[in-house]
Amino acid sequence: MADTTETPGFAVETSMASDLPERFRRSAEFVVIPLLALIVSGILFSVFLALLGKSPVGFFALVWKGGFGTSFSWQNTLVRAAPLVFTALCVAIPARLGLVIIGGEGALVLGGFAAAAIAIPMIDWAPTFLLLGVMAIAGMLAGGIWIGCVGALRHYRGVNETIASLLMFYIAVSILNFFVEGALRDPSDPNKPSTRPIGSDNMIGVIPGTDVHWGLLVGVLLCGLLYLLMNRTTFGFAAQVAGGNLRAAQSQGLPVGKLMVVSCAIAGACAGLAGFFEVAAIHGKANASLVAGYGFTGILVSFLARHNPLVIIPVAIFLGGIAASGGLVQRRMDLPDATVLVLQGLLFVVILVSETFYGRLSIFQSKGEA
Amino acid sequence: MSKFKLSRRTILKSSAAGLAALSSAGLPRFAQAAGLTVGIVYVGPRDDFGWNQAHAVAAAALKDVPGVTVVEEENVPETIAVEKSMESMINLDGANLIFATSFGYYKPFVLDLAAKYPDVQFRHAAPLWTEADPKNAGSYFGYLDQAHYIDGIAAGLSTTTNKLGFVAAKPIGTVLRNINSFLLGARKVNPDATVQVIFTGEWSMPVREAEAANALVDAGCDVLTCHVDGPKVVIETAESRGIKCCGHNASQAPLAPNGFITGAEYKWETIYKMFATDLAEGEALPNFTGGGFDVDFVRSTPYGAGATEAAIAAADAAREEVKAGQPIFVGPINKQDGTPLLAAGESLDNYEPALDQTDYLIEGVSGSIT
Repeated sequence: MADTTETPGFAVETSMASDLPERFRRSAEFVVIPLLALIVSGILFSVFLALLGKSPVGFFALVWKGGFGTSFSWQNTLVRAAPLVFTALCVAIPARLGLVIIGGEGALVLGGFAAAAIAIPMIDWAPTFLLLGVMAIAGMLAGGIWIGCVGALRHYRGVNETIASLLMFYIAVSILNFFVEGALRDPSDPNKPSTRPIGSDNMIGVIPGTDVHWGLLVGVLLCGLLYLLMNRTTFGFAAQVAGGNLRAAQSQGLPVGKLMVVSCAIAGACAGLAGFFEVAAIHGKANASLVAGYGFTGILVSFLARHNPLVIIPVAIFLGGIAASGGLVQRRMDLPDATVLVLQGLLFVVILVSETFYGRLSIFQSKGEA
Repeated sequence: MSKFKLSRRTILKSSAAGLAALSSAGLPRFAQAAGLTVGIVYVGPRDDFGWNQAHAVAAAALKDVPGVTVVEEENVPETIAVEKSMESMINLDGANLIFATSFGYYKPFVLDLAAKYPDVQFRHAAPLWTEADPKNAGSYFGYLDQAHYIDGIAAGLSTTTNKLGFVAAKPIGTVLRNINSFLLGARKVNPDATVQVIFTGEWSMPVREAEAANALVDAGCDVLTCHVDGPKVVIETAESRGIKCCGHNASQAPLAPNGFITGAEYKWETIYKMFATDLAEGEALPNFTGGGFDVDFVRSTPYGAGATEAAIAAADAAREEVKAGQPIFVGPINKQDGTPLLAAGESLDNYEPALDQTDYLIEGVSGSIT
């Protein structure tokens, strides 16, 4: 590549020959830097534990045991990872356009609420597949419109999408509470305001042989689909261009507004689907328990995955494992519940800092550029 | 439902008479088990000066019982997380008795796990168990309105403006019942007393609780009490505004050294120790147990500096009356809208199941449910 002084034919050969190690060197950067970041945050967290007088080794052993050490732990981890996959996608897709959406929780809440609400008049007569299908569509529509509005506000009115999506989360929770405690409240449950249950026969079951509901598999498939969309289609390419340089994209005639609204709508639909699975696979109804923070943990997952839909899967499992082990850590080490939040926070900060090293470490650069 | 009511009353009476244990047959596991491991799950922090602390205090007392190991987990949301936390206690810590202390843990999470782990006993802190539910699940509950009634008596003798303030979370059955009982206590000793209620809409929303408490003081209330998960903010606000207060759930006496009168407290350790002893002796646990002062499931917080001699004397006397079964709801009582609840000469038993379904405030309480 850099050997421009050589004859053209020879240059092609060397570039062919050096291409593989070169590519390896480049992609190694994306493996080594996150790994180093993990190790650094592990060390920092160990210092934190040591200051509290607790054994770091014991802690990591418990995280292993509680998150990945037994078959029960794995299922615990995967169950917790399932909603994170969806809510991380809600952050990752708009991030390609340079949009930072942090209100996926609102789309999850409304998606779950819409799914439960549309089910109410259908429970008595609709067959399960029809009921679930309509619920899923309602959930995706509600979430999609919600975050789609954030994209539209950004494009047409110049409203900051981060703040708008965060504030709209509070509106979403209020909408949920308004209906669940009012018009759509199931009168048979006087003490926990909820919508009418869809009935255990209509609930989505678990993947055979596990405790994990089908939502995880759907999430994994969705990650693959959206990876293809963002990396192998003109839509994804256009989104990436717009994310790289908005003005340049506009001057090239790309429909930036449409890209933003559609990306945000897709993102919201993902979070809405998470809400649908919470209702259809876990709770069977909508109530305040939908507001569980999955949307906010999803932000962390997406950033750790560098907004790559395929990487979201292992990262969601990793964070699901940390969450799954949180209880064991509390019980065995007598550490407060916030301990795993400290670990998550450290990870987040260190990973963000590590982002600044991409392209700056000479070991990963080709000789010509180094 | 009627079956449930009947059996509950029967069990209440029998447990009061010390006959709660029905049979010791068919209880293979715990009798031989060398030790009993009790898992306790909390929805919030263990030191919230409220609902969770009341349980944590009892858990601490349970730890002193020989042969009992207690494992605890706090801040567990009412989602699949609680199912996994309980399952983790069973699988990784060998728990054989689980106390699920938050309302929303029961359906579907406790019910699902009880079916999945028939050898483990599950008990849930709300009157929800019915005959249709698994036999290894059950409910325990303290009738805190009895203690709120005593608070009302002490408050009614402490007020000079005759206006008592009540900060309430959600307008649901148990909360409304506590408000009504508080007023009835106050009215018993001070016919001019009124109770002003503000609902915050959330179980834990400190900012709104502080606003509500200040608004009540501004409106002329000179005694405050509350029914929220963590009464800390309400009690501290009352103290800082120089008025008196009554507590709720756990002891808040240290928060108000000048104005604290007394408080309505659960005494879960009575139930926890009873269950632990029953299991250790191979006895069956009751599926439903509940009660008030008569069975030592609730108590009044020791009087603080805000309690006058007269208030103490009246409250102590009334407690003995309630303990002896004298009813709190004695007619004539009208609902807020003027419709009669009880005519003169009528009364409701303190464990009348209809009171669980309270969906009204009574005359003398100002503030709207909707």
